[in-house]
Amino acid sequence: MPHIVCCVKQVPDPEAPASQFKVDEAAKKVVPIPGVQPVPSQFDTIGVEAALRVKDKVPDTTITILTLGPDAYKDTIKHCLAMGADEGVHINDPSLNDADHWATAEILAAAIKKLEPVDLIICGRQAVDWDMGVVGSTLAEILGLPVVTIAKDVQMEGGKVTVERVLLDGFETVEAPTPCVVTVSNELGEPRYPQLRQIMTAARKEVQVLTASGLGLDGAKNRVNLEALFVPETAVETEFIEADSAREAGEKLAVRLREAKLI
Amino acid sequence: MANGVLVFGEAAEDGTLAPVTGELIGAAKSLGGPVTCALLGAGVEGLAGDCAALGADKVVVVDDPALKDYLGDAYVPVGERICKETDPAVVLFGQTMMGRDLAPRLAARLGTAVAMDCVELSLNGDKLLATRPCYGGSARARYSFSGMPQIATLRAKVYDPPERDPSRQAEVVKQPAGVSADSLRVKITGRRKEAVEGVRLEDAVVVVSGGRGVGGPEGFQSLEELAGLLGGAVGASRAVCDLGWYPVATQIGLTGKVVTPDLYIAVAISGASQHMAGISQVKNIVAINKDPEANIFKSSRFGVVGDWKEVIAAFTEKVRELKAG
Repeated sequence: MPHIVCCVKQVPDPEAPASQFKVDEAAKKVVPIPGVQPVPSQFDTIGVEAALRVKDKVPDTTITILTLGPDAYKDTIKHCLAMGADEGVHINDPSLNDADHWATAEILAAAIKKLEPVDLIICGRQAVDWDMGVVGSTLAEILGLPVVTIAKDVQMEGGKVTVERVLLDGFETVEAPTPCVVTVSNELGEPRYPQLRQIMTAARKEVQVLTASGLGLDGAKNRVNLEALFVPETAVETEFIEADSAREAGEKLAVRLREAKLI
Repeated sequence: MANGVLVFGEAAEDGTLAPVTGELIGAAKSLGGPVTCALLGAGVEGLAGDCAALGADKVVVVDDPALKDYLGDAYVPVGERICKETDPAVVLFGQTMMGRDLAPRLAARLGTAVAMDCVELSLNGDKLLATRPCYGGSARARYSFSGMPQIATLRAKVYDPPERDPSRQAEVVKQPAGVSADSLRVKITGRRKEAVEGVRLEDAVVVVSGGRGVGGPEGFQSLEELAGLLGGAVGASRAVCDLGWYPVATQIGLTGKVVTPDLYIAVAISGASQHMAGISQVKNIVAINKDPEANIFKSSRFGVVGDWKEVIAAFTEKVRELKAG
């Protein structure tokens, strides 16, 4: 019975208006926007979609959602369960809350060892908050597993995965033996949306909670220090082309760009 | 004691030295200390002289058919060996297909960490401060490291390559890859190119780019016409590529390409921060959008509020007239 673990993170909604984005520089944290709920990181739900596509073909596949974060992260687990995943595991311990990418990978690896046997671990190519894009690869190195990054298609069959990767000017097909780690990109396609019945079922599902001591960990062993977090200055003075019609504006723009020697 | 900077250069598809290599050497020089440039690949030996001309003090060449295409399982052990032999304080990669995959794996093997997609590096003693965009480009985070070596990848076109000096010499060390076949767990079984005609986006002096507001694939014909007239290339937002309106290879942004044309014409692009990440170094952005509140205007030098179809039609006609005159 194939077992896929999807690592999923919860993030501030990236679709929130950019004008409301604020940083508390002293706390080195992003200020939550009132009334805007955090969401599952999009690349991670695309990872769940990739796992569900495997399960669509091999129905006895078990998909476990694994997350690391405070209480509110249970919403993200529930969302992924409602998408069609089978089990939820929530690493929830205040001593692990400020893990950097290395510590995150180390903590996830410890949890994955508890969930073995595991055939495939899927992560998003990067989280949409920190945009670092390294947890999947780091996790693979810690577990000593092969890794394939930036996938647009993932097939699992007969002890191997076949992955189509996105390159800058095309695509590459690679094969890796299971168990392995795959990180997925948006080219894979939209994640499916939970149906009401699935949402109800997921709400009742028990989620396993793991703590640092349960994983044999003594806090988050960070390897980078966040020295500063700030909003960069974008001091651009915009010259709006004033005109009575779109047509006139288009013509004026051409003249203006010629004057500015840009065309 | 760790010292100097090790950069991982790259060859372009046509076999010449990829521009990112010069940018990496430029960044390394700005940090100070001796610069070692590693070149991994097949047929890369002839590029060592170019690295020297750009200012590398030492070039480590691993020219081996086993390294023809980038494959993590082959590159990681070679990179690890070079890092251990060189013992640098800082290791730099480009935020390229290779850098994205190799840097975090190497960091894990070396017991250290990495800062990805950096736009600013400084050195205080031997302590690296690496600044990188996050939250889709809305914020910047500055990191220091707890261990050595300190590894970072650099966003394209942020650092200038040093002036070439063909008279410069560097110590060149050749090494075999020494990659055993059984260490290759992942195998490349196929590769296909997504053909994009005309000027390469990365090299284009003018980029005309379309967003979701263009309304469908057919809208891109007028953008292609305009780009052709300006000798430029056509790009697209992620939404457009995800909808299948335009090829994935034309995607500009955090998960696509970084472009640095002299002129960037953003057509019906709202300016989601993840798109802005691909044009953060562009000085002249022209935005055409029907929404006066669109985020793109904040970073634009010129703005037109209006229906893109009408604006672009009139603009294209006028450009043609000006070019003819």
